[in-house]
Amino acid sequence: MSIPVLKFDAVIVGAGGAGLRSAIQLSEAGLKTAVLSKVFPTRSHTVAAQGGVAASLGNSEEDHWHWHMYDTIKGSDWLGDQDSIEYMCKAANEVVVELEHYGMPFDRTDNGKIYQRPFGGHMSNFGEKPVRRSCAAADRTGHAMLHALYQRNVKANTQFFVEWMALDLIRDAEGAVVGVTAMEMETGQVVIFHSRATIFATGGAGRIFNSSTNAFINTGDGLGMAARAGIPLEDLEFWQFHPTGVAGAGVLITEGVRGEGGILRNSSKERFMERYAPNAKDLASRDVVSRAMATEIKEGRGCGVNKDYILLDITHLDPATIMKRLPGIREIGIQFAGVDCIKEPLPVVPTAHYQMGGIPTNYTGRVVVPKGDDLASVVPGFYAAGECGCASVHGANRLGTNSLLDLLVFGKSAGDSAVEDLKAGKAHRELPQGAAEQSLARISALDNRKGGANVYETGLAMRRCMQDHAGVFRFGDMLKKGVDKILEIEKAAHELEIKDKSMAWNTARTEALELENLIEVAKATMISAEARKESRGAHVRDDAPDTPEFPNGRNDKEWLKHTLFFPQEGNKIVYKPVNMKPLSVETIELKTRSY
Amino acid sequence: MSKRTIQFSIYRYDPDKDDAPYMQDISVELEPTDRKLLDALTKLKAKDDTIAYRRSCREGVCGSDAMNINGKNGLACLTDIDGLKQPVVLRPLPGLPVIRDLIVDMTQFFKQYHSIKPYLVNNDPAPERERLQSPEDREELNGLYECILCACCSTSCPSFWWNPDKFVGPAGLLAAYRFLADTRDQATNERLDNLEDPYRLFRCHTIMNCVDVCPKGLNPTQAIGKIKDMMVRRAV
Ligand SMILES: Cc1cc2nc3c(=O)[nH]c(=O)nc-3n(C[C@H](O)[C@H](O)[C@H](O)COP(=O)(O)OP(=O)(O)OC[C@H]3O[C@@H](n4cnc5c(N)ncnc54)[C@H](O)[C@@H]3O)c2cc1C
Ligand code: SF4
Ligand code: SF4
Ligand code: FES
Repeated sequence: MSIPVLKFDAVIVGAGGAGLRSAIQLSEAGLKTAVLSKVFPTRSHTVAAQGGVAASLGNSEEDHWHWHMYDTIKGSDWLGDQDSIEYMCKAANEVVVELEHYGMPFDRTDNGKIYQRPFGGHMSNFGEKPVRRSCAAADRTGHAMLHALYQRNVKANTQFFVEWMALDLIRDAEGAVVGVTAMEMETGQVVIFHSRATIFATGGAGRIFNSSTNAFINTGDGLGMAARAGIPLEDLEFWQFHPTGVAGAGVLITEGVRGEGGILRNSSKERFMERYAPNAKDLASRDVVSRAMATEIKEGRGCGVNKDYILLDITHLDPATIMKRLPGIREIGIQFAGVDCIKEPLPVVPTAHYQMGGIPTNYTGRVVVPKGDDLASVVPGFYAAGECGCASVHGANRLGTNSLLDLLVFGKSAGDSAVEDLKAGKAHRELPQGAAEQSLARISALDNRKGGANVYETGLAMRRCMQDHAGVFRFGDMLKKGVDKILEIEKAAHELEIKDKSMAWNTARTEALELENLIEVAKATMISAEARKESRGAHVRDDAPDTPEFPNGRNDKEWLKHTLFFPQEGNKIVYKPVNMKPLSVETIELKTRSY
Repeated sequence: MSKRTIQFSIYRYDPDKDDAPYMQDISVELEPTDRKLLDALTKLKAKDDTIAYRRSCREGVCGSDAMNINGKNGLACLTDIDGLKQPVVLRPLPGLPVIRDLIVDMTQFFKQYHSIKPYLVNNDPAPERERLQSPEDREELNGLYECILCACCSTSCPSFWWNPDKFVGPAGLLAAYRFLADTRDQATNERLDNLEDPYRLFRCHTIMNCVDVCPKGLNPTQAIGKIKDMMVRRAV
């Protein structure tokens, strides 16, 4: 079968914040660029971000990129690369001001500047006291940002392929990336995009978990494609969880509810936090609360038919207080739990939120993998940015508002690097023989298989397995069992059956293809988490407890290093050192993390 | 809420195998945690994977899952399933070509959005820092910039049904006013010229369907009125 080939200088997969930001660099440089997205650009999940984007503009009080850098390194529990972090914090003002010039409707201070609010972990003067660093457009920063970036691309005449799903990465014999295969969802047609530069900006894979703040489309396609093409995945054991998302729906409920006196209760109405944190109780720190909730559920004291959620109770509060202090939460409760929190407690669960790891890159957005002695050798023609990339600025734990910044900074640098390489480079490298074969084989297997596994059931099994075995709080034995289980589920995920055989908008097929990507991320997460025998940032295990020798369970002697997971090489893990050397300033030295 | 079974009547059309669209009767059992129409659709799809619809954020911010629900346009993810009259009749958004089942071809809708030049125009050299804007001037953009481009409004507007190629429609006009109202934008005259036409703006007859269906509570009619005012003011 002959497959149509479309030739572009650059192909960008993903039109969320990261993809759109890099597209501006390429389009404005006059390069022939295609941007592919599974959804219309403004429907990408960047649209859901609320709180803001970090930049040390200092519009309301003194601030400095160096302070921001310190906070980010501390937040990362020292797993972040200090060169990338310096680069990002230094570039923040410029990229945020650019956004404003693109038309982003930031809120304003009285003197007309961009409005900034305080946010968790962002401090002045190297950890002294909270600082106003988060640049915000009401509680719709992501929406305002994504629309402004799309609009700028309309102005720049960027060529979009909307509702096209990239399927596989194409590499030549030398390992260089020469494009992707993609499917037009409306017609089912598979096409080769032959390019000189390929940028992945496919977002997160929060949908590997049963309870997630992520959209349906956040299925880690970029990671799946990279993994299938032999690119390792970095630091995927690190996932950020938020204690209180609405059970089933995943929509976030702010910590402020517990601040106003909210109480967490198990199936026997017990205020269980008294047992875990006698002093702070329900207001203990996020990881302690999430871990206590996970333990209650695991030990059968969860609520509901499946005993799988906890109740957040504020019925003892004065309704007037709720209406005044928590009106938005009441709305969310009514919309997504069908519960008026004035009268009934809210069902909540620790909710998967953000993937710190991803496709390994350096701060220029170029993908880097081990080759011989070099642990970070550039893959020609390949770039990644946004949540799917790992530059690594977030290390073991991301600070709020640093992700929207990450996607602006590294979206832009990946775009600039591609422009630079394209201007220096030669013609297209040749496509390898049978460049589309893998994709075609995957599709035809789906279309022809009889008696295979059900997509919905298999996806559910994966999500439950991840939630139970690699959740908020991790147990050595549970992780071991989780690895066996996920490898079992992986077999099913490669034997899926769909009933829909149509060529037109076949969503059964896209969901099956997405599950094949999700399972790569789930597997990488479980195996990397099992392997890391310490607690650090978001990765907390029972067999690496807080001791005088290892405060918070962190073991810098053995584990101050990045995980690189190679699914194509027998699920092998290679570790690479953390880059402790910033670009221009002194190293931020290791310390025990406490706030 | 307990387990319950919900009856649906769903518009089905697969160009690959159907000569004509038809309505399919189908029911589904819901779990107590299923609250929204989108939850029910997810369960329906687990039962019959051939039902096609768009969805993403499941929290009313991406604008993917607009459809016609018991005769009224809305987002599946923000519509409570209980309280809907049964059988729940689901159809694709009216007035746009159907690709398959509940999925419409949005080309015409986005063409109109693009036609209003939906981006800030400011030809002064970019300053080193942000352009200043007072909080009051910024306030003017509230009720405009929040549009999620779901098309509920335009596809409920009779003027858009009759002239989707000529009338910009409520969503596009709301976006036009978003830039007209922005103190940083310098293209006011060009923007008004672009709408000075018997169809593009003036096909709106203030029927208000658009306001009635907007899931974000926005008011395109008011924005259209303000553009008309600007035209009048410019003429005198
Ligand atoms: C509810 C919520 C609130 C948040 N709030 C904040 C906040 O206040 N501040 C902050 O800094 N961060 C926040 N975050 C995190 C941040 O929003 C995300 O990390 C970030 O927006 C991800 O952007 P992205 O461009 O990498 O990916 P996305 O915006 O997810 O875009 C991914 C793109 O890739 C495309 N794509 C994926 N796979 C394919 C494929 N196979 N083929 C073609 N296209 C494909 C999609 O269509 C989409 O266009 C929040 C996250 C959530 C979930
Ligand atoms: S008010 Fe105008 S735009 Fe809105 S539905 Fe009526 S005719 Fe259409
Ligand atoms: S104005 Fe409202 S109904 Fe119309 S597209 Fe925007 S959000 Fe949807
Ligand atoms: S799924 Fe995003 S608006 Fe409904």
